[in-house]
Amino acid sequence: MQKYSAFSLFKNALKGHKDWQVAWKDPTPKEEYDVVIIGGGGHGLATAYYLAKEHNITNVAIVEKGWIGGGNVGRNTTILRSNYMHDENGLFYEKGMELWRNMSQELNFNVMYSPRGIINLAHSDAQMNAYARRGNSMRLNGIDAILLGREEIKKLVPILDFSENVRFPIFGGLMQPSGGTARHDAVAWGYARQADSMGVDIIQHCEVTGFEVVNGKIKGIKTSRGNIKAKKVGLCVAGSTSVLAEMLNMTLPLETHLLQACVSEPIKPILDHVVTFGAGHFYCSQSDKGEMVMGGDLDGYNSYAQRGNLPTLQHVLTEGIAMLPFLSKLKMLRTWGGIMDMSMDGSPIIDKTHIEGLYLNCGWCYGGFKATPISGWTFAHTIAQDKVHDLNAGFNLNRFNTGHLIDEKGLGTKTWIS
Amino acid sequence: MLYIKCPYCGLRSQNEFAYGGDGTVKRPTLNKEVSDKEWDNFVYNRKSPRGKHVELWHHISGCRQWIKVQRDTVTHEIFKTVSADKEI
Repeated sequence: MQKYSAFSLFKNALKGHKDWQVAWKDPTPKEEYDVVIIGGGGHGLATAYYLAKEHNITNVAIVEKGWIGGGNVGRNTTILRSNYMHDENGLFYEKGMELWRNMSQELNFNVMYSPRGIINLAHSDAQMNAYARRGNSMRLNGIDAILLGREEIKKLVPILDFSENVRFPIFGGLMQPSGGTARHDAVAWGYARQADSMGVDIIQHCEVTGFEVVNGKIKGIKTSRGNIKAKKVGLCVAGSTSVLAEMLNMTLPLETHLLQACVSEPIKPILDHVVTFGAGHFYCSQSDKGEMVMGGDLDGYNSYAQRGNLPTLQHVLTEGIAMLPFLSKLKMLRTWGGIMDMSMDGSPIIDKTHIEGLYLNCGWCYGGFKATPISGWTFAHTIAQDKVHDLNAGFNLNRFNTGHLIDEKGLGTKTWIS
Repeated sequence: MLYIKCPYCGLRSQNEFAYGGDGTVKRPTLNKEVSDKEWDNFVYNRKSPRGKHVELWHHISGCRQWIKVQRDTVTHEIFKTVSADKEI
């Protein structure tokens, strides 16, 4: 594989950029693989990469219905954080933050990792107390957390609405300084390029139409490009998980819902951090191009549409304007939607299944992007060793049966309520 | 914008409604032994189909009645709406 560097850029510039190698190949599916990963999104690509790198399993195929990076890894708001209260989430995502820190060097691909800090605003004394509790829980798990007062927030983010007579005055907030953003497409492309170089076949435009299960053991998959035999199969298909589960006669604790995001026209630097509104569901950061990147609530009813509905966007942006009044002066540049695999307790599922050799990675709700490296890392371990890692042991499928839910937000099973 | 035909009020915009989830889920029969599996299926497990979906909506800013709607989860086309006590 060609190494990317300032020197290689300079050398290829002199040759008119005609000698760059393709970043990954376009192979025809082989008859059989040791592992087939369904879904060429961030999680699937990361899983294949860690299978090859950490477990020396390179006879691997990624099967993708569309093109890699065309699903949720290209439809998110690029935020990284591990500001969770529960141990299962905190320890899992914090290991992920460690992987984010070294990702550009490890993948030899600039993922534009930007630990600019994430601030959750509080708008009442009760919320400040809750944030103090969450911050303390984070620090016990070795995650950086700082509780900030109103004046401290004002110094960091002066553009917020600090007027006295607003409906939701800012009391303070909880900051995770190591939180931030990364370029989402680069994450997909970086993992794809490295996985490909280690022998993984990335098979695009190949839709899974069925599974071959014999005596409770997975034997292979049926696709639009023919049957592929596999010793092990991993599902990494986010919002399409229930569709594949139906082919396997499984009913999962998931509902597929639509989440929208949008960006404004680009403006000069005005917001240095990721900031979330505490009296509703809205968050905002500024991209390197200057666009304000914004998101919030689900559309609120089961949807596979991959495009959103205006009432929700209006609702979300009303909250945005309450937090950052200048947003009302900006033009909207783009809006888009992705389909989320909303689990019934708001936490993911990374586990084995009752079918031998079939592994499940789903339930990412709003937060799949930040989990990309650690999801791939733990899922690769689960597949390679045929047993869960300590970090994803809590994210088992059985917890809904045993009552060991990981309900970070206390939302219960109504995932569309926000 | 979805337009939902409330069986009591007629065609109204989605802004008047609250979503109530999968309308095919049945609570296990009262005063009968309930297995863990039955309870899981009632509380957690959902088919979440891609295509036709029967769901509950609450006309909360209208007549406040619960209704059943059959809607396509890809195209959002609404095929049928009935009062909540009827089957689709």
